[in-house]
Parts: sequence; C-alpha cells; structure tokens
Amino acid sequence: MLSLYGEDIASRLLLGTAQYPSPSILAEAVRASGAGIVTVSLRRETAGGRTGGQFWELIRELGVRILPNTAGCHSVKEAVTTARMARDLFGTDWIKLEVIGHHDTLQPDVFGLVEAARILIEEGFKVFPYTTEDLVVAGRLLEAGCEVLMPWCAPIGSARGPVNPDALRSFRAEFPDIPLIVDAGLGRPSHAASVMELGFDAVLLNTAVAKAGDPAAMASAFAQAVEAGRRAFKAGPLEPRDMAVPSTPVIGKAVFE
Amino acid sequence: MHVLVRGAGVAGLTLAHELLEQGAKVTVFDLLPDSSGSASWLAGGMLAPWCERESAEEPVLTLGRLAADWWENALPGHVVRNGTLVVAPPRDAGELGRFAARTSGFEEIAGERIAALEPDLDGRFRRGLFFAGEAHLDPRRALLALRKKLGARGVAFLCGGKEPAGADRIADCTGIASAAPALRGVRGEMLVLETPDISLSRPVRLLHPRIPVYIVPRDGNRFMVGATMIESEDDGPVTARSMMELLNAAYGLHPAFAEAKIVETGVGVRPAYADNLPRVTRTAEGVSVNGLYRHGFLLSPAMAQEAAAMILQEKRQYA
Repeated sequence: MLSLYGEDIASRLLLGTAQYPSPSILAEAVRASGAGIVTVSLRRETAGGRTGGQFWELIRELGVRILPNTAGCHSVKEAVTTARMARDLFGTDWIKLEVIGHHDTLQPDVFGLVEAARILIEEGFKVFPYTTEDLVVAGRLLEAGCEVLMPWCAPIGSARGPVNPDALRSFRAEFPDIPLIVDAGLGRPSHAASVMELGFDAVLLNTAVAKAGDPAAMASAFAQAVEAGRRAFKAGPLEPRDMAVPSTPVIGKAVFE
Repeated sequence: MHVLVRGAGVAGLTLAHELLEQGAKVTVFDLLPDSSGSASWLAGGMLAPWCERESAEEPVLTLGRLAADWWENALPGHVVRNGTLVVAPPRDAGELGRFAARTSGFEEIAGERIAALEPDLDGRFRRGLFFAGEAHLDPRRALLALRKKLGARGVAFLCGGKEPAGADRIADCTGIASAAPALRGVRGEMLVLETPDISLSRPVRLLHPRIPVYIVPRDGNRFMVGATMIESEDDGPVTARSMMELLNAAYGLHPAFAEAKIVETGVGVRPAYADNLPRVTRTAEGVSVNGLYRHGFLLSPAMAQEAAAMILQEKRQYA
C-alpha cells in the first residue's frame, strides 16, 4: 500500500478540486475516482477574511483526506504564509508546496521551492513539493526533509502527458525508496497508466478531470488506468527490443510451408 | 392575492413582473432604495445560454433560451440580438476546439467573417466561433426600466426599515443575503472601461486556459470586462491580481484597451447552490428564488414563471 508520511493511502490517484463546473460535479468526480486525497487551493479562496466557508464545507463532506496546496504562489514568503493559513484552516500539517517561477509555463521556481521547504519542515510541516524532474533539485528537497517528491511530467494543465519519459525513468531509478507522485501535465488515462508503468507511486490530476466533458466518467477512467499501470509495473513489463521474437517457436511447428 | 417580494435584484424584479402580469398585487421590499446592492447590478447582461453550456449543465440552455424573448417582451428595445463572438489568442487556439466540443448553436468562422462582424478586430484573430442566436442587454438600464415600469403599474417599492406586514405570501429573492443553508457565495470582480477607440456590437469572449474573460459593449464607449469566479464570500475591493488578469485579457483582445479609462471596478457575491443551478423552493411564508449564480438575467425569467405559478396555484388550492 502507498504510504505517505506514515499514513497508509488506499488509492494511488490524488485529485485536485479546482475548475469543476460545480461543486456537485466535483463531488461526483471524487467519488468516481476513488481518490483518498484531494488537493485544495488556498491562495484565491482566501481573498480577504470572509473565506469560501461553504465551498470548503462541501469538500470536507467528501470524507477524504485534504492536502492543501499553495497553488499560484510566486514567492517563498507567499507560499509559507499560505501554508500556515492552510494548517490553521484545515487542521493538517500536510502541504503541497508550489512556488511558481514562470508565469506562462507555471514552471516551479526550484530555488524558492527548496528554501520554502526548509522553512516549512522546520515548522513541522509535511511537505509535498511540486518540482521538475531535476535530480539535483530533488536531492536538495530530500536533504531539506521532504519525504515525498512530486515531479511534473509536463506543465500544469497542459494535458501533454509525459514529455520526457527518460527523465522520469532516471528520476525513479535515482530515488527507488522515496514515494514519487507525478503531479501536473497528465491529460489522458493512458498518460497516467504510462507513468505508473514506470514505477511511480501515484499521480495527481486536476484539469484533465475537471475540464473533461463528463468529469465523473473521466475520473473513473483515470482510476482504472492508474490501477492498470500499477499492476503492470508490479507484473514486470517486457522491455522493448529491436529484434522480432516469434511468440510461437518456428522450429517446433509440425509443417513448414 | 398580495405578494411581498423581498429583494430588488433581477430575481425579485422579474418575479414581481410575472406576478403582476398574472393579476397579483405586488410590493417590493429591499434594504437599498435602488437595485445597486444586488449581484445583478454587476452582471454582464449576456443572454448566452449556448456559450454558458460550456461550463454549465443542460437546464441553463433549456431554461435560458427563452430569456431574450422574455426581456424583449417585458422591456421592448432593451435586447440586442447580435449574437456572441468567441475568439482565442493564436497560442491558445486549441481552446476554441475545446469550447466548440462542449457547446452547440455556433458556426466556425474565419478571419474575414470576424472582421465583418467586428471591424475593429480585423486581422487580430484567424478563427472564431459565432453564436448567432445569443443576445445581450445592459443590466442596469434593464433593472431601472423594470422598476419604472412596475412602479407605473402600481407596484410599491419600499426600502429599509421594518419589513411591511400584511402580504398574503412572501417571495424571498435576496440572493446571498438570504443566508439559506445550502447556498454558497462565489465572488466575482468586474471592470468598466471607457474608450472611444474601439467599438464592438456584441459580447466577445476571449478564451484562455486559465483566465477566460468576456467583454460586453455598453452605451457611451463603455465596456464591461468580467468576471472572476472565486470561491469566497468576501466582497472587499478588487484585488490587484484580478484587475491585472482582466486588463490583460482586454488588452489581448485589442491593444487599444491599454489607453482606456477604468471608470469602475465592482465586486459582488453570486448566490449559488452546489450544482450551480437556481431553484424555486416552497417556504413557510411563500417561496424562495435563489442560486442564480452567474445566470441572473439568463435564468430569472424561467425562475420567475415557475415561482409565480407556485404562488398562484397555491392560491387556487386555498380558494
């Protein structure tokens, strides 16, 4: 079973809660996905003191674990403040840490990310850092005390799927014992299956489900793909090779034609 | 039958109109002397059920397609039936396909046609979607005209102080102020820009993966730019980020907006139920019409008809 900061998590699919047509559809999608963890963005919903209480109430009613995030934060200070607010609001020390460094691609500011992770871990947070597939940055995040890494596979919301599978492969190989969650960039269930086949421990999705024609149906398709990918990884998939290998041996055939 | 309508936003006024048409005596009560406290005062005024279907469920289309006729009938001359134009910046052209896949009632048009519809956008967009069946109106003009019409036909408008007693039934149309338990607020921010350098004949929606925005032309070289959607009941001033996003989008539509004057910023809280669809519900005192979300002008006619029927049927049952 997947274990994150000592907690056993039944599902290997994590779902974001933004951009759904309505909270009802969000609830249907979460149920259909079987996700045990949902992420919640704090940044915008807390414009001012009177917060989206009703919206959060609806999310709490889903009965799944909440992983607040710092989506949309562009500086260490902003991210740290948001994380502290999230801890008070949701009563959890889990935080998905995003420090955005580039407006267009939403690429993480990895320098700020490491710095913010250090500060938050010092304060007792359990940090889930949204990072690139850079191995050196990942190493620094682990040094800072992160026990989970969340590399992107393509820019947030881009639906491109794994654009650099080799990098993901070496990321997995470099950190064999760290829970790795592919966060951002997945567009289709086949993308999710393919990163799970590489041995990633879980995936986190939002736009691909929220903006699908039928979010609940797409959530369930992703759940099946994640499950299929995981099983395939455990089963030991065949590696590609250059030469054809007949599945029926030619020599043993009764009649040659 | 004397009905007290509580709330002078679009839900209350359309219901008052519907009740009056069907022979009821109506009084409208609100805390403010005009309709400026309501979310609908800040609305875009788009009667765009086909476009809205992109993110809303089917009833928004089925109930909303009759809205333009209702408004034209109630307030002749207010409805502009020029359709809606949907465009995307070149780098986000994929968004058009996504929008098209989730909507109906449009034609795909190329640059020349866009220029024919909106000459000021000539050369700026190579592809777009045109929703010919849609319409728009100026929400404030419409609310004021509706008040005037109702007043002239004997509807009393009372403001502030104690709620008047003596009505047979009460229709609560107070939006987020009703504090109905299942209701949540969704903050929306808008701007009004003024520039003589551009003119548009119809609402234009600019698609963007993160910040879709619409621009609705108003009289006097003005343009309403809206609107953010934030899960919050905070009605404090517009944030710098939202302002920047809205302005960026306007600038993306046409660089001349850079020279426009910002003549107004507005923030309101839309009332919404969990499915983002409005409801008419029976209450101990009468009915409640709420949850119009971002579809006040689009869906209030259908809600008003439903609510009026509920109130007046009740009367027949008593009789």
